[in-house]
Amino acid sequence: MTTKLLFYPGCSLQRTARPYLDSLVAISPLIGIELEEIQDWNCCGATEYIAIHHLASHALVGRNLALAAQQSNGTHTVMAACSACYLNLAKTDSYMQVNAQLNRQVNDALQAGGLHYQPGTVRIRHLLDIIVNDIGIEEIRTQVVRPLKGLRIAPYYGCMIARPDRDNRWDNVEHPLALDKLMKAIGAEVIDFPLKTHCCGGHMTQINMPTAYELIRRLVYGAAQYHADLMVTLCPMCQLNLDAYQSEMNRHFHTSYHMPILYFTQLLGLAFGLEPEVLGLGKEFVNASQALSRIGIEVPATELELEMVENKPARKKKEKAGLPMPQMRHSEEEDE
Amino acid sequence: MDDQSLRVQNASPSTSVSPPGSFLQEVIEATPGDSRLGMCIQCGTCGGSCPSAADMNHTPRQIFAMIRADLREEVLRSNTPWYCVSCYFCTVRCPQEVHITDVMYTLKSMAIREKRYDDSTAPDFSQTFIGYIESYGRSYELGLATRHNLRHRPLQLPSMVPLGLGMLARRRMDFAPQRIEKIEQLQAILARAIELEVGV
Repeated sequence: MTTKLLFYPGCSLQRTARPYLDSLVAISPLIGIELEEIQDWNCCGATEYIAIHHLASHALVGRNLALAAQQSNGTHTVMAACSACYLNLAKTDSYMQVNAQLNRQVNDALQAGGLHYQPGTVRIRHLLDIIVNDIGIEEIRTQVVRPLKGLRIAPYYGCMIARPDRDNRWDNVEHPLALDKLMKAIGAEVIDFPLKTHCCGGHMTQINMPTAYELIRRLVYGAAQYHADLMVTLCPMCQLNLDAYQSEMNRHFHTSYHMPILYFTQLLGLAFGLEPEVLGLGKEFVNASQALSRIGIEVPATELELEMVENKPARKKKEKAGLPMPQMRHSEEEDE
Repeated sequence: MDDQSLRVQNASPSTSVSPPGSFLQEVIEATPGDSRLGMCIQCGTCGGSCPSAADMNHTPRQIFAMIRADLREEVLRSNTPWYCVSCYFCTVRCPQEVHITDVMYTLKSMAIREKRYDDSTAPDFSQTFIGYIESYGRSYELGLATRHNLRHRPLQLPSMVPLGLGMLARRRMDFAPQRIEKIEQLQAILARAIELEVGV
């Protein structure tokens, strides 16, 4: 059975999170979802538009909701894979439902573009929610042909998918388990990651870098403490901050972490037997090929990767023997 | 599990506890929905939960006390809302269910409207970001990063070049922005919304 979804890709999936989009498109037929992109969608405003014009930020989202409602043939579910897009779409829809004045004003603005949106017409869902709650973990398990046995994963949700959770989609707003269960279902070893919904730094990488570096460091340090081979995420902003800024963070703190950050869809694809290339693997800054080679998955090195490896001090693989002792050389950087 | 939305609906409106004409009243009115800001009991759970509280001029709890004390100028000059990362930890932990993240957005927009901020990095970032949305309908990372860094971190720009090139080489950034088809439609909608906002 195929579930049809109106798909709101968002700006990140088009570019910075291209591997997320590629892997989502690759696994969609296998998990029985059909994506229909909302025609001519616009940016959701991220965390910036609302900082300047709150009404216009809702009108910006309102256009997407109106377009989605117009296009809905056979489904009223709008799926976003980006946590910020998901939150913004859901927030505008729910505020328009409870706030009559906002609803009136947003529709007044939409009318200037010949559009109208009746709040509640479409349902906004995150990709993880759909996979775990609609398709179901058992169904995912049946698709697995290459269990990721032996791969230690830190499940990282970030903030905006779990909170504020207006629809009560998750079991817990601080320690959700959906991604943990999903990763276990594809055979991975999942650590009980205490920082799973802590902040990745958000836009602080552009505003005050030391603040962002400290938030990035906590997460990477936390995952390394649990001997995770990699962190898995479902948010383009989290992936970008932890991946692209990890080397800057290392330089800032004189550390040498090498913690690959992959999208959960990439790991699903690997477990379903898809080739690394179609899943966008190899486009990460912190190369995941070493971690994946531990479970016999070879990501062919591109010229770009070879060049990066030469420029980067390779982190020595941890000895598997011995007790998982705290690493003393980082102990001056206590978290709390 | 508690039904949060139900509890919020049943609660009495927080607007009743704020004197008319006060800064508190102004912030409450500028926040869409019921911010419940007047219900703050100064417990400090927000600041204790905040990932960037250490770098804020004032913790959220202090900001709320300052709003009540009518310290308009000081509040709007504070870097606090600009250091909010929208993680919603404070919002879900607040025992009074104050919509703290939304209040922070309100304070940002008030500070921008009146140009009351000491450090312009964050306001400029937001302005540059929305500038691209208003011109193209979508965000444009390369332009945003270049313009923002040129203005605020020109000396660090060379150190950012490898990151930019890395993004381009991985096709995780484009050289040119994408424009939506009906950009005029979007611009008309936004213009009308801003008109309504100013009129409010």
